[in-house]
Amino acid sequence: MEIPYTTEPREDTGLFNAKVGIWLFLASEVMLFGALFSSYILLRVGAEPGAWPHGLLNIPLGMTNTIVLIVSSITVVMAWASLKMKDFAKFKMFQSITLLCAMIFVGIKSYEYHDKFTHYEFQVKNGAVLEVHDENGGHHELQLKTDSVLDGHLLETTEDGYVVHGHVIDPQAQAAVTHAWQAREIKEDHITVKKSDVTYKENYGPWHNTYMAIYFTLTGLHALHVIGGALVIGFLWGPGAGMWKTDPERYTNRIEISGLFWHFVDLVWIFLFPVLYLL
Amino acid sequence: MSDKHDAQGAHGTHDAHDAHDFKQHVRRYLFVFYALIVGTVITVAASWAHIDSVALTVAIALFIACIKGFLVAGYFMHLMSERKMIYGILLATAFFFAGLMYLTIWSMQPTSLVHMNQ
Repeated sequence: MEIPYTTEPREDTGLFNAKVGIWLFLASEVMLFGALFSSYILLRVGAEPGAWPHGLLNIPLGMTNTIVLIVSSITVVMAWASLKMKDFAKFKMFQSITLLCAMIFVGIKSYEYHDKFTHYEFQVKNGAVLEVHDENGGHHELQLKTDSVLDGHLLETTEDGYVVHGHVIDPQAQAAVTHAWQAREIKEDHITVKKSDVTYKENYGPWHNTYMAIYFTLTGLHALHVIGGALVIGFLWGPGAGMWKTDPERYTNRIEISGLFWHFVDLVWIFLFPVLYLL
Repeated sequence: MSDKHDAQGAHGTHDAHDAHDFKQHVRRYLFVFYALIVGTVITVAASWAHIDSVALTVAIALFIACIKGFLVAGYFMHLMSERKMIYGILLATAFFFAGLMYLTIWSMQPTSLVHMNQ
């Protein structure tokens, strides 16, 4: 049995069926991400003053990923336009770039996740002595006068201590940080702390605080969409490309549908990037 | 068989006209691409500028994001010239999305039903 309306439009909708299908699916996706965005708003507005973290994410990497997705969006639409102009070689070239962009995006995102899993918060006892090596090669000892928090990337775990690239958090100064640019101006040093002085340590995984929880949920779900979209584009680029010879119009429609999904993924990132990285 | 199909054939004139149309589309896509890159750079530059007002920072970032979103949806997803059916689907989505956001903001008001028992 032949599937109806794969290329010719239905009389009532004026569209081929897959196009109505993908837009209905994208509508459900808007509600899915919308629910998570509203969770983000609730968590952020409901946070105690000064408790919402700023500047935790790497902006140049986030910006690179934004540009990578924008490049992939133009290559997807150019691939579709190439098919419309009956230039299959150009289509293959543009979709290869799209797939490369998808791999770069997931690679950068994985690096960012790894960065958060090696970023720790250490609770350090009152009276502990920290060894501080600054950027200029200077070295001094810092004796804590209260229970304090040391925040930074774990560089090395020795037999009796931890070497961290970070800073000791001053609670009053921390509460005054309301913008990402203020967090970026905090000076960081190589600090050594004894294991016996650390009462608790935890990395910046999704369990660390509500910001990290919503960050991993939103970006993780988005990354799954990137991987799913790339798999579909990859299939149509490789094993599924034979349809171009047997039914080029239907194949072009398939490319259009996969492209609409890919643009939606780009659209979501356009809002995720400023909300999570910059604000 | 070459992958590259001949644009001229039995419907040569029609195909040539289509090809010309798509070349115009391609120029538009490139313009949108450049605008998206510029928008991204402006968003990041604005975040590096030391703006004290949190509300202003949020407003600038979301305003630029909305413009970028409009460009992607309008031109890359062809919403500028879609069928009524698609607009209908999106209108329903926009209604429910707005309702979701309204409920979110409403629930944060101290007078909302959510807080009545507290």
